[in-house]
Amino acid sequence: MTISKYDLSQTAILPLKQKDRELALKTQNLQVFYGKNQAIFGENLAFERFKITSLIGASGSGKSTFLRSLNRMNDGIARVTGKIFYRGLDINSQNINVYEVRKHIGMVFQRPNPFSKSIRDNITFALRQNGLKDKEQLAASVESSLKDAALWDEVKDELDKSAWALSGGQQQRLCIARTIAMKPDILLLDEPASALDPISTSKIEETLVELKQKYTIIIVTHNMQQASRISDYTAFFHLGHIIEYDKTKHIFTNPRIQATNDYISGNFG
Amino acid sequence: MKTKVENQVALAIIRLIAILVVVILAFLLGDILLAGVPHISWHFLTAPSQSFTSGGGIGIQLFNSIYLLVLTLIISFPISLGAGIFLAEYAPKNFLTAIVRMAIEVLSSLPSVVVGLFGFLLFVVQLKMGFSILSGAIALTFFNLPLLTRNIEESLAAVPTLQREAGMALGLSKWRTVTRIILPEALPGIITGVVLGAGRVFGEAAALIYTAGQSATNIDFTQWNPLNSASPLNMMRPAETLAVHIWKINSEGVMPDANAVSAGSSAVLIIAVLLFNLLARVLGNALYRKLTASKTN
Amino acid sequence: MDPIKNKIQNTSKETRQDLYGRIISYSCIILIVVVVLSIFFFVASKGIATFTINHVNLWNFLSGKNWNPAVTDDSGHAELGALPMIVGSFGVTFLAALFATPFAVGTALYMTEIASHRDEKFLQSVVELLVGIPSVVYGFIGLSVVVPFIRHHFGGSGYGILSGAIVLFVMVLPTITSMTVDSLRAVPRFYKEASLALGATKWQTIYKVILRAATSGILTAIIFGMARAFGEALAVQMVIGNNAVMPKGLFSSASTLTSVLTMGIGNTVMGTVSNNALWSLALILLLMSLVFNIIVRLIGRKGRMQS
Repeated sequence: MTISKYDLSQTAILPLKQKDRELALKTQNLQVFYGKNQAIFGENLAFERFKITSLIGASGSGKSTFLRSLNRMNDGIARVTGKIFYRGLDINSQNINVYEVRKHIGMVFQRPNPFSKSIRDNITFALRQNGLKDKEQLAASVESSLKDAALWDEVKDELDKSAWALSGGQQQRLCIARTIAMKPDILLLDEPASALDPISTSKIEETLVELKQKYTIIIVTHNMQQASRISDYTAFFHLGHIIEYDKTKHIFTNPRIQATNDYISGNFG
Repeated sequence: MKTKVENQVALAIIRLIAILVVVILAFLLGDILLAGVPHISWHFLTAPSQSFTSGGGIGIQLFNSIYLLVLTLIISFPISLGAGIFLAEYAPKNFLTAIVRMAIEVLSSLPSVVVGLFGFLLFVVQLKMGFSILSGAIALTFFNLPLLTRNIEESLAAVPTLQREAGMALGLSKWRTVTRIILPEALPGIITGVVLGAGRVFGEAAALIYTAGQSATNIDFTQWNPLNSASPLNMMRPAETLAVHIWKINSEGVMPDANAVSAGSSAVLIIAVLLFNLLARVLGNALYRKLTASKTN
Repeated sequence: MDPIKNKIQNTSKETRQDLYGRIISYSCIILIVVVVLSIFFFVASKGIATFTINHVNLWNFLSGKNWNPAVTDDSGHAELGALPMIVGSFGVTFLAALFATPFAVGTALYMTEIASHRDEKFLQSVVELLVGIPSVVYGFIGLSVVVPFIRHHFGGSGYGILSGAIVLFVMVLPTITSMTVDSLRAVPRFYKEASLALGATKWQTIYKVILRAATSGILTAIIFGMARAFGEALAVQMVIGNNAVMPKGLFSSASTLTSVLTMGIGNTVMGTVSNNALWSLALILLLMSLVFNIIVRLIGRKGRMQS
């Protein structure tokens, strides 16, 4: 176990006191284990609806592990204990239908991973699997999700082209479009721009800011400028603990914990 | 200076060895094709074989080989696909999986004559299926299963995990993710493996001698009802294949032109194997290009 | 009632699909395991009948030098000495491996260390084609080229262990080559670069660094080649002469386990001593292929421990 020079028990977590219906998601004593190694140490975090929450921290701080636990993507990879409340249900419990959970809590990954299908089929595939057969509805869904992901204008004339022929930034926006076509409540993004160039990155950021009108967004990022630019709330992770969680402007202007201050000012280590 | 000379000599020897191996293949191919191709004619490829007189063809054997190959693939592909999916996608990392993998490895290294004898014992004798195409196809399935399974597993495993996560994150079932997203992406590798395996099956003889049998009964190419005993499609008739034919006329053949027929048959087998190799490449590449390139419709 | 909440708590199409998926893939794998187990069960149960039902002494069977299933001795036992075939099988196998290893390792070294990309691709195809040639075709070439050659230059009939070994040499060459190539490619690049940077010649690097690092992989390749040679039936049977006597040399007609099996099974009646004895030979083949597997595993384990 890495020894930290910071006192990990010294934390400042903003308790979101909103009514439950204004909360999109809430974790309670969430712990994650990879075999015998513990990666997340019983964290409590609440996410407000229609806001962007950033999870920041160094590599290995557990932020991605935490994010992946929220829609059960860690099933079969890690053991996740504790509770995750969504619509009043603990979706971390055994008798929950994880497929349905994932339909409502979508995820976009670090590297773009479109299917080896056409642009259109990338979006319609899961919809059709879900039983949507109507051609017009499918076409409408393709158009609206591509527009939401700010990709429509670039690809509207070549929807039958293979998605693998798109640029990295376009592929990532296609992955976002594919996810929002499912009309989820919550979008989880795991460093969605880390593999992209600055121009594609800023396009993704603009897209996310637009999207928060309709979706609750939780994003893991390495990039602190990105967190401060786009997010409403920020949580700082360190060695599997959430050290500080607050409104983004507070975290970046007036952090209460030394570790957070060191991290955002680049003196961390 | 000594090390430099030693270096030159050693590298020269390595080059020479590589050249020798190429020469061996060139000699083999040249020998078979030069000796065999002159015997290949339309008559040779279609006429029935003769036991005691010369001038016989290999028509029935050729048909039997192809029919057996098709049947073998029809039986072995779905089983290998399921098994390959299990190993690549479902297998837990535990002792039982290790045993399963070992069993497949053992099956792949079993001498084909042993596989054939097992087929003889169980299907031909115990289950009273007799020397038949079906017995042969099942024996060839056992022979083909481990390689095909491993090929499918490897092709599936080569598809990045991210693609699985993409499907899972959309709320698709694991099965749908595997069959509709991962499998199509693994297809170029799988097809290449299937076609190369087909080449192996096409040339296999040891597993067939005591299962599909060593006699080419006359078949009536106008009778396509599979239940008729003279029908080419009848699965219960004994069926000597091309490879078995070559073995048989060389071990106990009494036909006067055994050598010519063997040479011609060998050439046909080799040409078939070359075609399978070529086909595997062309199909694999074409599919791969289709997957990655843009469609123009 | 929240419809989404409802969906999350109930099973769906996906739950059912995953159940089908599991059932299908598990059944396929179980089928394969059952096939392997039944091969062992059937061959073993026939193979041990010689000893349990016909009361042939196991040691006499393995060490006896005379194989005359049709002849019974004074005590009423058939003459069942499998040693000639065992010696024949091991003889052709070791000789083939002995011939093939230098060629295979040399070719593999050429492909991985010396050849241009184009030459490497070309040799790759050569190796693939050699694998693809059916064994009966190898047997036929052995019969029409190797046997006359040996008859002409060394006398005798031309049939025998040497002819068998030469045919097997060409057959196992591609197997050993392609697996050696894999193990040479697995040697980390920096080993080679470090050695060359220290001023070693290419050959010194190959000999002292690359071959050392790939030793266990090359051994595995050779064992795989030997397993293939040991189990090969028809190509050997066509050139070895099929004389079930102790081989008197490399040029005299001999036999192997596989050749006696292919010749004999069709000519004996199920349940007779002579038939059971053949199944015992098949059992030896089966067990040997298991032994080769175990050796490969042991080499692999040792290789892992060293690295």
